[in-house]
Amino acid sequence: MSVVSVEVASAAGVSETREDFRDACTAKRPGRPGSSMTSDSLFKTVLYASAVFMLLLLGGIFVTLAIDSVPAFKEIGFSFFTDTAWDPVFKKYGALVFLVGTLLTSFVALAVSVPFSLAIALFLGEYFKEGAFSVFLKSAVELLAGIPSVIYGFWALFVLVPLMQNIEMKLGVVPYGVGILTASLILAVMIIPYSASISSDVISLVPSDLKEAALSLGSTRFEMIKKVVFPYARSGIAAGTLLALGRAIGETMAVTMVIGNANRLPTSIFSPSNTMASIIANEFAEATETEYIACLIQVGLLLMVVTLIINVIGRCIINRMGVEH
Amino acid sequence: MESSVLTIEDFCAHFSGNQVVNDVSMNVEDKKVTALMGPSGCGKTTLLRCINRMHELIPGTGVSGTMKLHDDDLYSLNPIVVRKKIGMVFQRPNPFPTMSIYDNVIAGYTLNGIRIKRSEKDRIVEDALKKAALWNEVKERLHRKGSFLSGGQQQRLCIARALAMNPDIMLMDEPTSALDPKATAHIEELITALKKNVTILLVTHNIAQAGRVSDFTAFMYLGDLVEFGTTEKLFTVPEDKRTEEYLSGKFG
Amino acid sequence: MDAGIRFRIIKDRIFLGAVILFSFMLLLPLLLILYYIVVNGIGVINWEFLTSLPRPMGEMGGGIINSMVGTLMLVIVASLFAIPPGVFAGIYLAENKTGKLVNTVRMCVEILQGIPSIVIGIIAYAWIVVTMGTFSALSGGVALAIMMLPVIVRSTEETMKLIPDTLREASLALGVPYSRTVLKVIVPAGVTGILTGVLLGIARIAGETAPLLFTAFGSPFMNTNIFKPVDSLPLLIFNYATSPYPHWHNLAWGASFVLVVFVLGINFFAKMVARRWKVQF
Repeated sequence: MSVVSVEVASAAGVSETREDFRDACTAKRPGRPGSSMTSDSLFKTVLYASAVFMLLLLGGIFVTLAIDSVPAFKEIGFSFFTDTAWDPVFKKYGALVFLVGTLLTSFVALAVSVPFSLAIALFLGEYFKEGAFSVFLKSAVELLAGIPSVIYGFWALFVLVPLMQNIEMKLGVVPYGVGILTASLILAVMIIPYSASISSDVISLVPSDLKEAALSLGSTRFEMIKKVVFPYARSGIAAGTLLALGRAIGETMAVTMVIGNANRLPTSIFSPSNTMASIIANEFAEATETEYIACLIQVGLLLMVVTLIINVIGRCIINRMGVEH
Repeated sequence: MESSVLTIEDFCAHFSGNQVVNDVSMNVEDKKVTALMGPSGCGKTTLLRCINRMHELIPGTGVSGTMKLHDDDLYSLNPIVVRKKIGMVFQRPNPFPTMSIYDNVIAGYTLNGIRIKRSEKDRIVEDALKKAALWNEVKERLHRKGSFLSGGQQQRLCIARALAMNPDIMLMDEPTSALDPKATAHIEELITALKKNVTILLVTHNIAQAGRVSDFTAFMYLGDLVEFGTTEKLFTVPEDKRTEEYLSGKFG
Repeated sequence: MDAGIRFRIIKDRIFLGAVILFSFMLLLPLLLILYYIVVNGIGVINWEFLTSLPRPMGEMGGGIINSMVGTLMLVIVASLFAIPPGVFAGIYLAENKTGKLVNTVRMCVEILQGIPSIVIGIIAYAWIVVTMGTFSALSGGVALAIMMLPVIVRSTEETMKLIPDTLREASLALGVPYSRTVLKVIVPAGVTGILTGVLLGIARIAGETAPLLFTAFGSPFMNTNIFKPVDSLPLLIFNYATSPYPHWHNLAWGASFVLVVFVLGINFFAKMVARRWKVQF
C-alpha cells in the first residue's frame, strides 16, 4: 500500500511515493545525502581552520618578536632592562627609561581618570538611567571613544602644551610644556570612555531588589551605593579599569606627540621622557643597523609582555573579587 | 486494521548514561491523531525527537531499538533524508525572521536547493496555507515578513511550512503551550481537520487536549509506555492504575 | 530631624552633586577638541584641499587627496584580509560553545585585542616589509587587518549567540543540512550584528596611525599600487602636526576635520544599521 499523496504534491507535479522516498536515499542526484555530507564537512573544516588561524596568528606574533629580539639579547643581555642610557649612536641600549615612562604615565592617567569614569558610571548606571541627560552623556562618551588618537595628540600639542607651559612658569619649573604630566592628562581623557562604559553597564545591572532592600532600611542613596552597588559591581568596575589601564599602556600617538622625546629618567612629573611605545614610534622608521632594529623590537616585546602581565594580574584580581556571583 | 505509518519497537534512549525512554513499542496509525501524554520528564518529548533524529544534535545521547516509517528503518538512513520526510512543529512558533511568509512556507525546498518552477511554488504555498487555515488571513501580504503575525498565526505558518514538504507524518511538540486559549482552540480545530491528509503524533502535557483531539493516546510515565489504546477507551476505562491516577489529577 | 540624619542627607546631596559635576567636566575636553577641529579645520577645507596633492615643504597650497585615497585603500585591504577569517571564527566560537579549543581561541582573541598597535606595526614590518624589501600599502593593510580581527570575531560571536536555538531546530527539522542551516538561516538572521561589527572595526582602523608608521610609511604622491608606500589621513596629521611649518599645521586641522567626520560618520551609520535592520525573533 503506497502512501497517499497529498493533493498538493500531485498538483505541484512532484510525485511523492514510497518508491521515491527510497530512491532519495540511494539515488545519485544533486541534493543527495552524499553531497550534503561533503558540504557539511567542508564547512566545518573552514570554521575550524579559521579558529585555529587565530591561535597561529597570536603564536606567530610572539615567535616573531622573540626571534627578532635575539640579536639584541645576545649582544646586550639583561642590562637592557636596567640601563638608563639609550644612545644608538654610541651603541648604548638601555630601556629602563621607557619602562618607567610607560608605567608612570599609565598609572597617573589611571589615577586621574578614576573619579571621572566612576562618576559617569554612576550617572548613567544609577542616577539617570534614562532620559535626555542620559542620552546626551552617553553620546558624549561614545564620541570621545571614537576620536582617533592622533587627533588627541594634535589637540594636546596645541592646547594642553601651552597651557602646561603657563602653569609651569607660574610654578617656577622649566616650561617644557611637554612631559609626563601632559601625556598622562591626555591619556586620562582617552581612557575614561572605556572604563566608564563597562562600569556603567555593570552598575545598571545591580538587581533592584537588593537596592530597594537597602533603601527600605532607611539608607540614603549615597549609602546604598557605597554599601550595595559598589560591592556588587566591584569586579565589573575592576574589569573596566583594567581595560582602561591596558589601553593606556599601549597608547602610542597621543603620548608620542606630547611626552617630549627625551631619553632620560623623569625627575619630576613635569619632566619630558619617553615610553616604550613612543620610542618605537619615534625611531623605528629611521633605524638602520640590525642591532638597533633588534633592540627596538625587543622594546616592543617588552611592551607586549608588560601588557600581558598587567592583564593576567588584573584577571586574577577580578576573579578573586567576583567569586560571590 | 488500519495500516501503521510508524512502527516503534523496543525503543530505548539515554542522555549521558541516564535512561530516559525504556523499551517503548507502539504503532502510529495512518491518518489518525495519536497523542503522547504524561507528566514532565516522562520521556514523551525525547521519544518524539528520536523519530526525526533531532536528539542527535545533543552530544551524549544514545538509542537502541527500531523505528520504522513504512518499513524503512529510520536509523539506517541519513538523518537529513529522514527529516525531509517527517514534519515537525515546535512548542514556540519559530518562523524564519528574515523571510517573508511566502518564503517561510517554501523554505523546506529553497533551503535544500530544490528547484521548482514559480507556478508550482505558488501552488505549494497556497495549498499549504489553506490546509493550515491561514490562507485567507495572509493572502494579501504573502511577501511581508512573518514576525508581525500573532502567536497563533505564526504557529499555523510553521504548520504550513512543515505541510509544504508533504511529510508522511507530522510530529507536534506541545504546539499550543505557548499560545492563548483562543489560538489554542484554532490549532486544535486545525489538527482535527488535518488528519484527513496526514498522520499526526502530538505530544501534550494537557490531558484535556489529548482527550479532545486524538484518536489514540499513549500514556508515558518515567520513561515507560504505561498504556496505549484508543482515546475513548483509555480515558473511560484505563487498564493501568497509574493511567487512572494521572487522568484524575493525582499527579502531573 | 536630628543632626545625624541631616548630615547623612547632606552627604548624599554632595555626592550627587559631585557625580554630576565630574560627569559633565568630561564634556569640557570633548567640546574643546571638537571646537578646535571645527573652527580651525573648516577654514582650510576647499575644493583644492580635497582634490590636490601635497606641496613640498614650505610651499603654500596643497591638498590631501592622496591621503584620503590611501586611507580608503588601507581600509579595503584590511577588510579583505580580516572579514572572512573573522566572521568564520566568530561563527565557530558561537556554534561550539565549550571545549578546550574554543576557550583557548577566545582567550587568544582577547589577547590579540589588547596588543598595542605599535607592536602590530612591528609584526607587519617583520612579516611583509622585510620580505618585500619596501614599505607598502599591503603591509599597512595587513597590520590594520590584525587589529580589525578581534573586533569582528567578538561581534560575530555575540550576534550569533543571540540567535535562538529554535531557529536552528526549525531548519534542521526540515531536513536542511547543517552547513546550509548556518549559512542560509542563522547567518542572515545575524547579518545586522555582523555588519555593525565590521563597520565598527573600520571606524577603529581608519583612525590608526601607529601601525602605519613603518609599514605604509606615507608618501607625498598619489599611489594606487598596493605594493608601494601610501599615505593616510592619520599619518598625514601626525607628520604635519609635528612639523615646524604653520601652514602644515593648518592643513593638519583640515585633515583632522575630514578624518573625524569620516570616523564619527561610520560610527553613527553603524548605529543606524543596528537599529533599522533589527531582526525580530
